[in-house]
Amino acid sequence: MVMQAIRNYLKSLFLLEMLKGLLLTNRYLFKRKITVQYPEEKTPQSNRFRGLHALRRYPNGEERCIACKLCEAVCPAVAITIESEMRADGSRRTTRYDIDLAKCIYCGFCEESCPVDSIVMTRIFEYHGEKKEDLIMTKQRLLEVGDRNEAQIAADRAQDARYR
Amino acid sequence: MPEIRNMTVNFGPQHPAAHGVLRLVLEMDGEVIVRADPHIGLLHRGTEKLAESKPFNQSIGYLDRTDYISMMCNEHAYVLAIEKLLGIAPPKRAQYIRVMFAEITRILNHAFWLAAHALDCGAMTVFLYAFREREDLLDCYEAVSGTRMHATYFRPGGVYRDLPERMPQYQASRWLSEKDAAARNADRQGSLLDFIEAFTQRFPAYIDEYETLLTDNRIWKQRTVGIGVVSPERAIALGFTGCMLRGSGVEWDLRKKQPYEVYPELDFDIPVGKEGDCYDRYLVHIEELRQSNRIIKQCVDWLRANPGPVMIDDHKFSPPQREKMKGDMESLIHHFKLFTEGYCVPEGEVYVPIEHPKGEFGVYLISDGANKPYRIKIRSSAFTHLSGINDLVEGHMLADVVAVLSTLDIVFGEVDR
Repeated sequence: MVMQAIRNYLKSLFLLEMLKGLLLTNRYLFKRKITVQYPEEKTPQSNRFRGLHALRRYPNGEERCIACKLCEAVCPAVAITIESEMRADGSRRTTRYDIDLAKCIYCGFCEESCPVDSIVMTRIFEYHGEKKEDLIMTKQRLLEVGDRNEAQIAADRAQDARYR
Repeated sequence: MPEIRNMTVNFGPQHPAAHGVLRLVLEMDGEVIVRADPHIGLLHRGTEKLAESKPFNQSIGYLDRTDYISMMCNEHAYVLAIEKLLGIAPPKRAQYIRVMFAEITRILNHAFWLAAHALDCGAMTVFLYAFREREDLLDCYEAVSGTRMHATYFRPGGVYRDLPERMPQYQASRWLSEKDAAARNADRQGSLLDFIEAFTQRFPAYIDEYETLLTDNRIWKQRTVGIGVVSPERAIALGFTGCMLRGSGVEWDLRKKQPYEVYPELDFDIPVGKEGDCYDRYLVHIEELRQSNRIIKQCVDWLRANPGPVMIDDHKFSPPQREKMKGDMESLIHHFKLFTEGYCVPEGEVYVPIEHPKGEFGVYLISDGANKPYRIKIRSSAFTHLSGINDLVEGHMLADVVAVLSTLDIVFGEVDR
């Protein structure tokens, strides 16, 4: 009992628990840093990543979207607006395909629902808009994103194909 | 003779220690709190009302955003409620995946709680260390669902996709040498399960680090011991659940008392406190980190040994495989039907509580037989805990309000919904 009291007194007198803590932080001071220097260096990204949307094309250049409007129906945030029309060759295509990025909650349901793998979510997560209108992705811009990143998009889908 | 009156102080809504957008009106007698009056509603987004206007599945993503620190646990309660009304049960593997991610979420939440609590009481290091572990777990989130936070991964009838066989890796660059990249990728060579297992092996040592920094530290003890004491009777009367109740010494955990999913098959203990003060609640949280780690380990072992389907094989509730959908007319019809109309849930009402990291999180669901909920009510523990704040801070100093607020583990997405 007395011994315990003396031990406790000495412990608190010499700030032992504080020194233990400092020893730990001191160890980390000389360890290799784990900080990822963000803009230059990036954390690994999953092939399932859900970032900026894109519209894809078939290898022959024909756009995939057939304006079935499943994505429009399934979108929880009502961020997708589609208008469609019959093209001269008799096929049904969109005349307007807008995604409002300010409304989108990035749940990925549009990609999940698309029967022709047209609308996809890419790995791109760094984008901005200076005006509100910049955050509305029109069909033109979506197709451009798709064209620029087709190789990566196709590789990611191929890797994940057996899970879906 | 001037009249002596108590002073009223506004704490928040822009205060960094108010954990979001809490406005706390404090009536002070000198530096002692006489009355604390929380004003909430600044983050109200109408989740419950929004859910009434869309098919069941489409609200999963909104449930993520109620308590945005423990995303998959919110989904879990919602998905279980729908499953109970539908009368379906997911495959065993899906249940194990869900439980594993519920526990990963618990570690995410407790690590964040610990980080914020320590920071509020003046210990910055723990904040940095805890976020290091969160990073690994958020990578697990991203590997399965594609997002680090708002996963939308659980579905009625199972989970969306099986666990991936490969983990993404760090790339060597000008800032990261080949050797360092290889060191960082050491745990990422195998599947997601390997990555999680490696995490469970190194995590206990990290918890010891937190404890070295806090448990015996005299400043930490001065800030937390004897602060915000709740007696067990009072805790029950106030409707406290989770760590708030267990910290007061009441052994109550829905995972044990009303088991759901595969919890009965798993081996874990419920830690309880003694005094019911901030320090005991801290110890309970720390022990829960260890217990969650234990559960995850068991889930990993089971999942390794038992491959199989992760989604119910009934295309009235789950979409067919994509390959099948593209070649088979009936599957295509199911696919279209599910993504436009969804499924109709039989008439009835159900309340499903789960042991959320913060306490009891329940979803009360009423269906009138349509493809949308007639009404959904979310029972959030943070709301109840915040309502009891007057009991906890009365008679304490102003600085203790911060310690009590962070011990409550409130998240405003959940309080205001």
